[in-house]
Amino acid sequence: MGYVSKIAGPLVVAGDMHGSSMYDVVRVGKNRLIGEIIQLKAETATIQVYEDTSGIKPGDPVESTGRPLYVELGPGLLTSVYDGVQRPLNVLKAKSGTFIERGVEAPSIDRNKRWNFIANKELKNGTHVSEGTILGYVQEMPLIKHYIMVPAGMGGVLVAIDEGEHRVADTIARVKTKNGEVELTMLQKRVVRAPSPYKEKLDGSEPLITGMRLIDTLFPLVKGGVAAIPGPFGSGKTVTLHSIAKYANSNIIVYIGCGERGNEMSEVLTEFPELKDPLNGRPLMERTVLVANTSNMPVAARDASIYTGMTIAEYFRDMGYDVALMADSTSRWAEAMREISARLEEMPGEEGYPPYLSKRLAEFYERAGRVTTLGGRTGSVSAIGAVSPSGGDISEPVSQGTLRVVKVYWALDPLLASASQYPAINWLLSYSRYKGVLDPWYASNVSAEFTAARNETMRILQHDAELKDIVQLVGEDALPDSEKMVLDIGRVIKEDFLRQSAYDPADAYASMKKQYLMLDTILDFYKKTASALEAGARMDSLMSMKARARIARMKEVDEKNIEKEASEIKRSISEEVDALVKKEGTI
Amino acid sequence: MKFAIEYNTINSIQGPLVIVENVRHAAYNEIVRVNMQNGNSVLGQVLESSAGKAVVQVFGSTEGLNIKDTSVSFLGETMRVGVSEDMLGRVLDGKGKPKDGLSEIIPEEKRDVNGEPINPMARAMPGDFIQTGISSIDGLFTLVRGQKLPIFSGAGLNHNELAAQITRQAKVKGTEEEFAVVFAGIGILQEDARFFMRDFERSGALKRTVAFINFASDPSVERIMTPRLALTTAEFLAFEKHMHVLVILTDMTMYAEALREVSSAREEVPGRRGYPGYMYTDFSSIYERAGIVEGKKGSITQLPILTMPADDLTHPIPDLTGYITEGQMFLDRELANKGVYPPINPSPRGSKSLSRLMNYGIGAGKTREDHRGVTDQLIGAYAKALEARNLSAIVGSEALSAADKRSLKFGEEFEKRFLNQGFTENRDIETTLNIGWDLLSMFDKEELTRIKSAYIEKYYKR
Repeated sequence: MGYVSKIAGPLVVAGDMHGSSMYDVVRVGKNRLIGEIIQLKAETATIQVYEDTSGIKPGDPVESTGRPLYVELGPGLLTSVYDGVQRPLNVLKAKSGTFIERGVEAPSIDRNKRWNFIANKELKNGTHVSEGTILGYVQEMPLIKHYIMVPAGMGGVLVAIDEGEHRVADTIARVKTKNGEVELTMLQKRVVRAPSPYKEKLDGSEPLITGMRLIDTLFPLVKGGVAAIPGPFGSGKTVTLHSIAKYANSNIIVYIGCGERGNEMSEVLTEFPELKDPLNGRPLMERTVLVANTSNMPVAARDASIYTGMTIAEYFRDMGYDVALMADSTSRWAEAMREISARLEEMPGEEGYPPYLSKRLAEFYERAGRVTTLGGRTGSVSAIGAVSPSGGDISEPVSQGTLRVVKVYWALDPLLASASQYPAINWLLSYSRYKGVLDPWYASNVSAEFTAARNETMRILQHDAELKDIVQLVGEDALPDSEKMVLDIGRVIKEDFLRQSAYDPADAYASMKKQYLMLDTILDFYKKTASALEAGARMDSLMSMKARARIARMKEVDEKNIEKEASEIKRSISEEVDALVKKEGTI
Repeated sequence: MKFAIEYNTINSIQGPLVIVENVRHAAYNEIVRVNMQNGNSVLGQVLESSAGKAVVQVFGSTEGLNIKDTSVSFLGETMRVGVSEDMLGRVLDGKGKPKDGLSEIIPEEKRDVNGEPINPMARAMPGDFIQTGISSIDGLFTLVRGQKLPIFSGAGLNHNELAAQITRQAKVKGTEEEFAVVFAGIGILQEDARFFMRDFERSGALKRTVAFINFASDPSVERIMTPRLALTTAEFLAFEKHMHVLVILTDMTMYAEALREVSSAREEVPGRRGYPGYMYTDFSSIYERAGIVEGKKGSITQLPILTMPADDLTHPIPDLTGYITEGQMFLDRELANKGVYPPINPSPRGSKSLSRLMNYGIGAGKTREDHRGVTDQLIGAYAKALEARNLSAIVGSEALSAADKRSLKFGEEFEKRFLNQGFTENRDIETTLNIGWDLLSMFDKEELTRIKSAYIEKYYKR
């Protein structure tokens, strides 16, 4: 048992801590506040405390638990809302009311709830099981099976397996290992700061479809990929992340609210149970785990929240699921690091951030990926991090450290936001390095023409931006008709395709098929009107074609009717254009 | 109160910091009393405690302190403030002592000034429309109960008038319930404080107001405590006494300056522009103390005011505030110069007034069914008007198209009739929306693309 020798904010220095290891979890003071050792010098340990340290005195006891910060994993995770060190917030609310009292404790996973454990039929007594082997499952949610796996680092001969009603900490199987017989429960513990082991990393092959046209069509993310979305406040970071959390075609969503607004978490908690998954009609909350460490909750726990979320994501990955993890916002995490580092009196790097900032960011994103799990299944964790650069200037260290590692960059642009062009992602600055990887998937699952259509769209947008520069100098009237037409189609792409309302239920989610049909129709319109112009049709007649209004309304057409609508619009374009060429054409 | 241990062992005094040696067991954040030889004393708080040494931050001036004769008593408790319903109608100083010449407050309860974080699971989603009687706020950037919506102002703009008017007029539509007001003047001038008090008195708001006032001439380190006293009182009134509380914090820029001063005295590694690296966390420990919680009748709505140094939105103070608060209202110098009051700019390029919770507080049953559409259309039309204004500055108004000329006219009328209103003019939401329709009716029905056609049929005037 050690004792406190110094307190400064969330940092406590303790003496007499012999035998402790780095990152061991300790209990500080009479309230037994949770902390973690982050520096050791001889018998003196520096501890970051996850709760407010007011009232702690030199001489107060410090007790080491002898193990690093871990999370508990097992049935009961889904729909849970945790704080940064995995305390269940609903249980804390029942215990301490509206405000989070210090020192309040609760098990992360409900120990009393009974689950029906169904054993894996392929296993018999005497079967050899190894780390990651699936022992069976619990139907945690109507559509989600929670697989129970042999923990990492364990293997042997199955001696007994016990199907039926069990609590998470009950023994469900016994395994004879080299070191004797081991009882297995449905509960696993994993340390949070180290990546969970896997057999092999794989390349991505399928897109993470979000239903947002700008993302899926122009700057897609692969399942197991990493993306960053930096932007100043008010540019729509959180709306975009919420939208992805709602509609992404992942099996599991882990949403980390890291140092953000309290009301944003209550927004998620109000909306997610009511919103239905567009693919299977179940409430979105059923596939979601929330980690909510809001800005006014202790700063050291904010640092831990990122790792807690990632470890939960990896656990579901190991079951063979595709998991999407959102961290909103990684800048607040970095600020927590900066705050702790300053208290440790470490030599600061750029803007006061610790020199290891970019390493930590890279380590975090490196934990994402598509893998072959220890048990031989394929699963993935896709990681999407929001970045909140101060003043919106991405030359700062968090944005730069992030952009060095991520493969997808969605550049939020406040100018687009103030023009109500949502999602306010700038199409000229954003990029996705997964386009090439995904092209075969698009060709076989959407359309052979998909890649060509996307490239054509990017070309038009680029041309549009160049023309915009000229227009600013000489005015639009000075341009030839063919270039005016580029500006016009640019407007159509921006307003009728890229612009999408996260709040309009008919528009919030578009399938890949709908996205492609919309784009294909717009490009068809451009191709036909451009050649009509060459054939002598008049610009203003082409501009006032009836088909335009129908193109603008395509986003409201539902998935069932979109194919019919697209072909009707295309036919109407042909008819109108032919009529115009006949009437006005010179060739 | 536990009995105090007195030490006569001050080692050094640096700015607001006093370092005391040979101290046994000073608790972190423990409150101390620093006693001067002449009998005066000031309060302070332990910022850092190690075996035998305590770093104390003094809330007040360190003038008159000396190493030899001054003693420090450790009071054995963390900073608490006595709160009571009787505080309504009172004016207190930045430390919570009466400033109005009346008797000391007899506390019903003592509360830790730092509060505890609200469990996010215990929060209820805000959604009750607050009618401020000001068209630009009610119509375009609607405030809801439990929201934190700051005013981003600049030096010399009339944010005080705006805050006073909101205080006077704010109510929840359909109820006659008035807000209790907790006013925190942080480093404000006596003149500004008098303005507020006079206005509260005249309107009768004073009797439902608790004012904490730290003057510009008061010690700046006291400013760190002032908003916390105010919010602790607000939490008591809201969650124990079931009141709807409106908290006005002015000026958060002065608060941040004080934070920087203390940080630099502590020789901490500075972050951007010398402000401490933990300023975001510190701000959030103030702003996040707004909201509604499940199972309690009251609410806390925050209206912080800050002056942006050199009107620069990217300055750390407005920047970090904007990341925490639920929107912001920008006061615009150009509008103010034109005589538009309040000069809230609905469409500045690049920076945008915004109410993040607006959608939860408007629509049928709350304001009116056409509200969203009218707002979008007005903001869109005004943005176009500003474009036309720019164009006309380049090519001359003669060269404008008919549509641009009409846009230009809309812009003028919108500023004159919608944005501009009297300091005592209280418009209900119907009046605000009707003025909106008057203006929108300058356009043809077909041009009102952001409003549902059913509402156009119902409200369009011509």
